[in-house]
Amino acid sequence: AMEDVSAKFVSQKISRTRWRPLPAAALQPPDLFATGSWDNEDNRVSIWSVGDLGNAGLNGEYHGEPHLLCDIQHNGDVMDMQFLDQERIVVASSTGTVTIFRHHQNNQTLSANHRWEKAHYHVDQDTSCGGAACTGVVCNNPEIVTVGEDGRINLFRADQKDAVRTIDNADSSTLHAVTFLRTTEILTVNSIGQLKIWDLRQQRNEPSQIFSLAGDRVPLHCVDRHPNQQHIVATGGQDGMLSIWDIRQGTMPVSLLNAHEAEMWEVHFHPSDPDHLFTCSEDGSLWHWDTSTSVSEKPSFLHQGGRSTAYLSHSTINQSVVSAWLSNDPTKDRMEITNLIPNQTLSVNSLDVLGPCLVYGTDAEAIYVNRQLFA
Amino acid sequence: NTVPPQVVPGADPSARQLCFAWGPAEVLVCETLFGRAGGSRSRCLFRSPSPSRFCGEGRAGAAARALTGSVAGTGEGAPSSPRVFVVRRDQDIYIHTLRKLFNESHGIFMGLQRSEEELAGKSRKAQLVQVSKNYRSVIRACMEDMHQAAVSTRDPALQGQYSTQVSILSAMELIWNLCEILFVEAAAAGPLLLRLLDWVRLHVCDVDSMVREVLSSESPSKHKLFWNVVDVFVLQGRMDEARHLLSKEASANPTSMNMHKILDDLMKKMPVPSLGNTQTLTELELKWQHWHEECQRYLQDGTFASNPHMESICKILLGDEDAILEKKELMTTWYHFLVTRLLYSHPTVKPLELRFYAQSSMDLFLGGESSPEPLDMILMAAFEFEMHQVIKECSIVLSNWWFVAHLTDLLDHCKLLQSHNLYFGSNMREFLLLEYASGLFSHHSLWQLGVDYFDHCPEYGRVYLELHIERIPLSTEQKALKVLRICEQRQMHEQVRSICKIMAMKALRNNRLGSALSWSIRAKDAAFATLISDRFLKDYCERGCFSDLDLIDNLGPSMLLSDRLTFLGKYREFHRLYGEQRFPEAARLLLTLMTAHIAPCSFWMTLLTDALPLLEQKEVIFSAEQTYELMRCLEDLTAGNPDKQKFQDDDVETTKVEMLRLALARNLARVIVKEGTVEGS
Repeated sequence: AMEDVSAKFVSQKISRTRWRPLPAAALQPPDLFATGSWDNEDNRVSIWSVGDLGNAGLNGEYHGEPHLLCDIQHNGDVMDMQFLDQERIVVASSTGTVTIFRHHQNNQTLSANHRWEKAHYHVDQDTSCGGAACTGVVCNNPEIVTVGEDGRINLFRADQKDAVRTIDNADSSTLHAVTFLRTTEILTVNSIGQLKIWDLRQQRNEPSQIFSLAGDRVPLHCVDRHPNQQHIVATGGQDGMLSIWDIRQGTMPVSLLNAHEAEMWEVHFHPSDPDHLFTCSEDGSLWHWDTSTSVSEKPSFLHQGGRSTAYLSHSTINQSVVSAWLSNDPTKDRMEITNLIPNQTLSVNSLDVLGPCLVYGTDAEAIYVNRQLFA
Repeated sequence: NTVPPQVVPGADPSARQLCFAWGPAEVLVCETLFGRAGGSRSRCLFRSPSPSRFCGEGRAGAAARALTGSVAGTGEGAPSSPRVFVVRRDQDIYIHTLRKLFNESHGIFMGLQRSEEELAGKSRKAQLVQVSKNYRSVIRACMEDMHQAAVSTRDPALQGQYSTQVSILSAMELIWNLCEILFVEAAAAGPLLLRLLDWVRLHVCDVDSMVREVLSSESPSKHKLFWNVVDVFVLQGRMDEARHLLSKEASANPTSMNMHKILDDLMKKMPVPSLGNTQTLTELELKWQHWHEECQRYLQDGTFASNPHMESICKILLGDEDAILEKKELMTTWYHFLVTRLLYSHPTVKPLELRFYAQSSMDLFLGGESSPEPLDMILMAAFEFEMHQVIKECSIVLSNWWFVAHLTDLLDHCKLLQSHNLYFGSNMREFLLLEYASGLFSHHSLWQLGVDYFDHCPEYGRVYLELHIERIPLSTEQKALKVLRICEQRQMHEQVRSICKIMAMKALRNNRLGSALSWSIRAKDAAFATLISDRFLKDYCERGCFSDLDLIDNLGPSMLLSDRLTFLGKYREFHRLYGEQRFPEAARLLLTLMTAHIAPCSFWMTLLTDALPLLEQKEVIFSAEQTYELMRCLEDLTAGNPDKQKFQDDDVETTKVEMLRLALARNLARVIVKEGTVEGS
């Protein structure tokens, strides 16, 4: 319900919002998130706390708005952002630079921990203006993979000065996003509607598999992999379409779902409850896609109760059951779709889900936190 | 507000006579011959990096100032060096803490544009009042943030700036609130007074600290400011609070118990207008008359004579102007005086009577000691129901367009501004929205908000948007995509083409042929797709292999965008077939590329050369008919390229032709033998 959403106008256009990951076996909902801004003269990476837990009402609802803990200036637009661990966050810049920031929790400050200048560049790395926007970053501590407008793929290690591996001209068009498929394989999407798998163990600079949209080659902007069933991949396109791919078979998506009216900027499976998927778009909407079949089968931990509720990782999914995402007729009573932001006009650039919590940021310079996603 | 004015270089109104012509985003400054002999016709179209306006000395300058409403430099006090200054379109746009105001009010504005016009009467009015309240709560929230910032900063200069902003915002809210009562809600006699009382209570905060100090003291009735606080409550019509305080004093003075009781009773019985329809105005007036007479009696029989404080309160209850004016310090403003006066003399004042009381209250309160300030004039205009005057004065005084643009839009939705058309074409609402949105577009980040405002300007919004959107710097592809989406949604084909072209050119410069091609495909720009295809083909000719195969192999239907692109795709297909050793298919495709005129003539020689290895395969691949066609192609090419065009590398070319002729002849021989054998057997 919208009443559970707290908003804060932050006087900067938000390009990314990310929950800080929870420590293993944590029982609390997430309490800290990071944001990055874009298109400001002075862009920033900021750390926010979701508000005062002490203000929790009887039903567990909170009313405090997000509260800024610390921030740091960032050179260029923040294009993408990902926590490496509890303290470090990797930020991709429109200047082509990739920076690791460290959040010092004892004195609430942020500092640049490591920086790869112009990890992405055009023509010549050494010229003053040769930087190419780094559009996507994904981490699997200590490994960091970045992609960019230069069609390059970089593999870094958090503890090494130079790139472990670089695939120059990996893609002739712009790479828009990247995610890990397995520990040694990554997925990329590009501006001509292709989804590619790269095996980083192999030395040849070619993708191991190429998947492609049929018909018009609509650019793909975001990609996420099902957390439990790794062959299921979701992508979002320039036309706002949600595509579900089964990378075990075929070269085309299993299903195309009409969704937003403009670019889909992010798609995320719920990390512990992958029957739920979230997408946000340039058209100012944020959709919740729910394939959990019926109310009675809904695992009880979804219904967030008091503060003592545990958010355990998902163990109840029966892997042998064909995932609802791959069913032939996903529209038929199986999927419930809700727009979580009616009447919004400016783009929702980013969202992140963790436990019962959703955070998203907009071009209307506001961040929103919903702490009772499944209430 | 103390940004030094920017001088327009080279524009010297003393040496040359200048004239100005307005455009939506720029101003033409040029020399004019009008009224002056001689002078050259030099012109300069000044395009400032952010849209801004100019003003110079003399009449043009005054016009500019009146139009922009900005007070930034007109070179006053420097007649010796007349200059032309750039006047910022909207200074407040650049104040960081106000971005919250711009963003949040954008949402309210959009809600209002979407709102149901069909809602009738009361519910429509309730809706509009709610919108007005939402705007005000955003101003208030901003004010609080600004106040927090002022308190928490240690930099005195910054603190001063924040405090100034707080007072500007507070004035904006004061004016808006009054407009809401008088125009949006259009409160009728009775409720009107209650609303004005709320308005005064909300905005006269100078006495709040005094009230707090007295109330929080150990024994308020002993406090030296005790009676001041009681007076404040009475002047603001806060009877319950006043009675509560007085009761404390009464219990401390048992001797004057009776006097207290009488005053308390009078204050309790004072009739007030009700918001519901429970009593008619006549009923109220009757009750009020009765109560008034009762007060009069007690005053005349000297009930309160022994206590000057209580006597003065009784006089106030009777609406005694002198008694009220004595409390000037506690009211601080003439409009507080006005409302207090109305409360105790004319509680059923009608909206259109306000102007008389307002004028006389201001005169009485200021008493010729000080002249009215701009804020006073604006409020006075509101009390006089001169809406246009309010908007005009606000435009001149405030350093932003936000206020007038949003207020005017709201009043327009209340259908209060219909009749007023401005001489420069569009109506006032649109004019102000255009100004505000142009200011947003001049800002590095806020330009996205401006788009929606232009959308709701039916007359010139589109033109403004077209002109402004082209100036947004396209720093990343992501940003370009956002700008592009704005243009595509509005069928701005010209702008779509230009953005895609800029991005394609950028990609081409960076040697990103794939990206360049996808941008031209997005714009359906055939000419540019041809250009890029030629680059691909040139690269191929130079290097002997294709770059960006992942793209060329996956062109799909976009291949049909331009002939050259089709050729590129097909030619690459030929290479694939050849690589896969599917020679007959490859040969057929190669021939079709020429005979169907898919390949440009300049490329025929390359294609024929590509045929060489096929001609020299062990197996015969080209049929006799195909070979003849190949020969014809070769002859067409050499004929079209007559001998007179002699090149340096003519020898190489001649050798190639000779080799081809030979290979074709040999193939023809082999195929005749083969086909003959097949037919013969």
